[in-house]
Amino acid sequence: MEFAELIKTPRVDGVVLHRPFLPTVEGTLCLTGHHLILSSRQDNTEELWLLHSNIDSIEKRFVGSLGSIIVKCKDLRVIQLDIPGMEECLNISSSIEALSTLDSVSLMYPFFYRPMFEVIEDGWNSFLPQDFYWWFYEWRLSEVNTDFSVCLSYPPLVAVPKDVDDDTLRKVSTFRHGGRFPVLSYYHKKNGMVMMRAGQPLTGTNGRRCKEDEKLINATLRPGKRGYIIDTRTVNVAQQAKARGGGFELEANYPQWRRIHKALERSNVLQDSLIKLVEACNDQNHSMDRWLSKLEASSWQSNVKEILTTACLAAQCIDREGASVLVHGTEGTDSTLQVTSLAQIILDPTCRTIRGFQGLVEREWLQAGHPFQQRCSQSAFSNTKPRVEAPVFLLFLDCVWQILRQFPCSFEFCESFLVLLFEHAYASQFGTFLGNSAADRSKLSLPEKTVSLWSWVNRPQELERLSNPLYEANSLVIWPSVAPQSLLLWEGVFLRWNRSSKCLDEAYEEMVHIIEYNKELQNKVNSLRRQLAELETEDPLLQES
Amino acid sequence: VIPVENVRLLDRSSGQRKASVGTLYLSATHTIFVENNPETRKETWVLHSMVSSVDRPPSTPSGSQLVLRCKDFRVYQILVPQERDCVDVHASLVRLSRPEKYSELYCLSFNPSVNKEEREASWSFIDLMADYKRMGVPNNLWVSTTVNNEYRVCDTYPSELFVPKSASTGVIVGSSRFRSRGRFPALSYFHQDTLAAVCRCSQPLSGFSGRCQEDELMLQAVMKSNPGSDYIYVVDTRPKLNAMANRAAGKGYENEDHYTNIKLQFIGIENIHVMRSSQQKIIDVGEMRAPSMSDFLWGLENSGWLKHIKAVLDAGVFIARAVADEGVSVLVHCSDGWDRTAQACSVASILLDPFYRTLRGFMVLIERDWVSFGHKFSHRYAHLDGDPKEVSPVIDQFLECVWQLSEQFPCAFEFNERFLITLHTYIYSCQYGSFMGNCQKERRDLRLRERSHSVWPQLWKDRSDYTNPLYQAEQSQSQGVLKPNTSPFYFKMWKGLYNHVEKSVPPRQSPADYLSAVREESQQLEEELTNHQEVAPGGTAHQHQHHQPGSRQGIQHNTPPPPPPPPTNLEIPPV
Repeated sequence: MEFAELIKTPRVDGVVLHRPFLPTVEGTLCLTGHHLILSSRQDNTEELWLLHSNIDSIEKRFVGSLGSIIVKCKDLRVIQLDIPGMEECLNISSSIEALSTLDSVSLMYPFFYRPMFEVIEDGWNSFLPQDFYWWFYEWRLSEVNTDFSVCLSYPPLVAVPKDVDDDTLRKVSTFRHGGRFPVLSYYHKKNGMVMMRAGQPLTGTNGRRCKEDEKLINATLRPGKRGYIIDTRTVNVAQQAKARGGGFELEANYPQWRRIHKALERSNVLQDSLIKLVEACNDQNHSMDRWLSKLEASSWQSNVKEILTTACLAAQCIDREGASVLVHGTEGTDSTLQVTSLAQIILDPTCRTIRGFQGLVEREWLQAGHPFQQRCSQSAFSNTKPRVEAPVFLLFLDCVWQILRQFPCSFEFCESFLVLLFEHAYASQFGTFLGNSAADRSKLSLPEKTVSLWSWVNRPQELERLSNPLYEANSLVIWPSVAPQSLLLWEGVFLRWNRSSKCLDEAYEEMVHIIEYNKELQNKVNSLRRQLAELETEDPLLQES
Repeated sequence: VIPVENVRLLDRSSGQRKASVGTLYLSATHTIFVENNPETRKETWVLHSMVSSVDRPPSTPSGSQLVLRCKDFRVYQILVPQERDCVDVHASLVRLSRPEKYSELYCLSFNPSVNKEEREASWSFIDLMADYKRMGVPNNLWVSTTVNNEYRVCDTYPSELFVPKSASTGVIVGSSRFRSRGRFPALSYFHQDTLAAVCRCSQPLSGFSGRCQEDELMLQAVMKSNPGSDYIYVVDTRPKLNAMANRAAGKGYENEDHYTNIKLQFIGIENIHVMRSSQQKIIDVGEMRAPSMSDFLWGLENSGWLKHIKAVLDAGVFIARAVADEGVSVLVHCSDGWDRTAQACSVASILLDPFYRTLRGFMVLIERDWVSFGHKFSHRYAHLDGDPKEVSPVIDQFLECVWQLSEQFPCAFEFNERFLITLHTYIYSCQYGSFMGNCQKERRDLRLRERSHSVWPQLWKDRSDYTNPLYQAEQSQSQGVLKPNTSPFYFKMWKGLYNHVEKSVPPRQSPADYLSAVREESQQLEEELTNHQEVAPGGTAHQHQHHQPGSRQGIQHNTPPPPPPPPTNLEIPPV
């Protein structure tokens, strides 16, 4: 298919762009295969380049022959384009509609994008499992899934107990939802405890059991030790899952494990929560009462609290109770990953570095088979009934932001990094978040045909922009407060386009200035001290005194 | 009172989770608890004047309970082994925490180590006349008046006031007779850029049809003192319904048919009774144990507190916009003109003039719009045992407005959150004479200047604790008029004030404290640099004692503070 077929009117003059808190821009609107571009002839006004894939929904309005298109983006920005001429307006809007809802992944922009920067390090090779898991005692990397035949959503290499052979893994995979047999997620160096994740066991109504599954899980326990199974569903939901072939680990069959049920919402509920929250945030005319009641009704903050609480629980079991943990919900690709990845942020200082966080996203989200393509196909402005889309990853980023806010000196990166990941998960020139699993990415040949987001991030200019000036490495476990008073609305995402950030930006610059000035002084003083020391050794007079 | 031994104290507000055992003493001014633990012997001092209530919940098998609730929203739980002792302590505390006479107040016995001269000088630390001069008053529009010398016209006003040049004494006195408590229109702030002014007064005694020629002339005079505009705004900060109800009592608001060239504007700040109960609800929200997110947000909404804070800020924004953008003078009143009026005028000044966003300027502002204009500190903050219906968190709301602004404009204020909270404590604690009494006349009659100390020099001396590291006088938000966004989502619960538990445990990292320490270190480095550069070749440089880089006080390199414990509400069942 040619994009040209979809572009009925490639260019319109005299289009006016309205954005909140910014001056209007008049200029020429151009549609290309992947972008909506608005540029004015003046030199000093910025151009608008909007990826079609960033567009969540559009609305048309007509006043006389002047048409307006309201473009609502997946990054939550809302802009208005006034287009002279009814026909032009209709053409533009139907083109945007078609171009922003392309079915085929291989038509997406990352397959056409050529980097305008020098790739120093190919991000597709930056986080290989063999580099991460190689040193874990008692664990091995299994190649049982090399051709994705055992588990479609798992990567080719997974870490499993050394004593468990591939045949056992194959058997266990038939007993777990989506073939997701228990694999290693995190190894706590301090006490050797581990966190694993899996899909739900397929016990069904008959209470089916699988000796190999029990053997595998028990193989992760040290002699005499016990563990916790954190089921992200309530007991009721887990019970109901039996009727559909799912279920949970019966204590009788897993006597060394204690099950804890939490109540993390499923993805369709989360999508509804996001839609309600963004709707509340976009109405500036609310009274205080209405705003607070809408915020409450959206349940977004409740979701943040529940996810963080569950992650704290997992971390607490590992660090404080000295027990290993297995986390699963139903599929093991959504709430499970929120818990396992946040627990690592709490426990492991490496995950709080820029590179470590990339590794975490790569391991716990991309390789672990979070279906990004489905979940991020629509954002808060989708007007279709939510099916597969859900802000699971956005909630994870929100939770990280909450911890970052509470420990502003313990993260190597700043808020911008989290916002950047949110944007790119939903629409990007990079291939990183395309597809739903490692199998998809391999089938699409993403490493060969697209550029990795990490290639862009891991360059000095970008790293500098994303780094936190307050950072001082903190090797400890950090326990965030999950009290509702401590959890704030993530303004940097949800109010980003509804406020002027000038004053906050100034404050940030001032902070950077204070710290840089201090570093500069330290360098000067140190060099003077060195010079003095040299003088002292050279000057006999000084040596005598 | 004889010390009581084997008492258990639980101070949840400082993050304690387990009660500590120790001895309880009562002095004339403090409740003192000394821990038994020989290693720490930690002492907890609670000022009697900070105690807002002492409750005795039902006894438990392990002893009798006492709950001390304080005016800074801390709560101390005390367990006394013997019921008799508990009853005694309770009775003493009830009496000690509710002084009946000014002479019993702490500020009269509090004796910091300063001599007489210093004490006297402390009272001239803030000079209001100098501030009027700074804003360019007196001038050919606004003049000083002696009409209230010896508080003859209005006993709750200061003796020194500024009024429109064209207002004669007869007009002022006539106007004062037509205003509640004689509080006639007087100048609060003069905006040199536009020549518009913020004036304040109390409600007119108009009833349904009453009018007063002098009062009408007085408002004309206010208008005439602004050459740039042919009308003034009269801002009635009350909800319109309340103002109308007041007419039945012979009070009310200005009839636009009688006053020419005024535009009446109602703002809708609720009265002190609504605010009192609203604050109680937000305190309860802060004290909730392990609430769910819904409980919390519902509690926040149900308290109405943020809605009231928004109303106060909106009043200030309206006035500042009129004065700065439209160049129109504003006359502000509520009922008596000492609560909502003080809030609205002082918020407007903060927005209009960067000086009031500095440490010293903020002191001047409180001294002018609150202390000198007769805000009833002793009644509102229950300094004496009195009518509980007079108590209301009026200045709390002003301080919170400033805090909410500082969240939107992080570089605009020279002072930090700690300063606002410390000020809040001093307003309630009666330690200094500054906030004693209900008006200037009362303070004079009490001879507070001779018998107590002013709080301002003390705060100034400790200013390094109260400085916002991000404040830069030259930055754009430190300059000019502040234009805050007052959409509901910009208001947050002030955790620093209402939630001691979340504030103190676990000890979160504070970027502000970190930056302050960095700046302090930079200063030391600058000094060292100058010293080094001054040293001539072959000089005595080796004698310099330099500190190691990275030895900042308060910042621990590589050895961060111990992590806070995991959240309390996670109960892990035993395996």
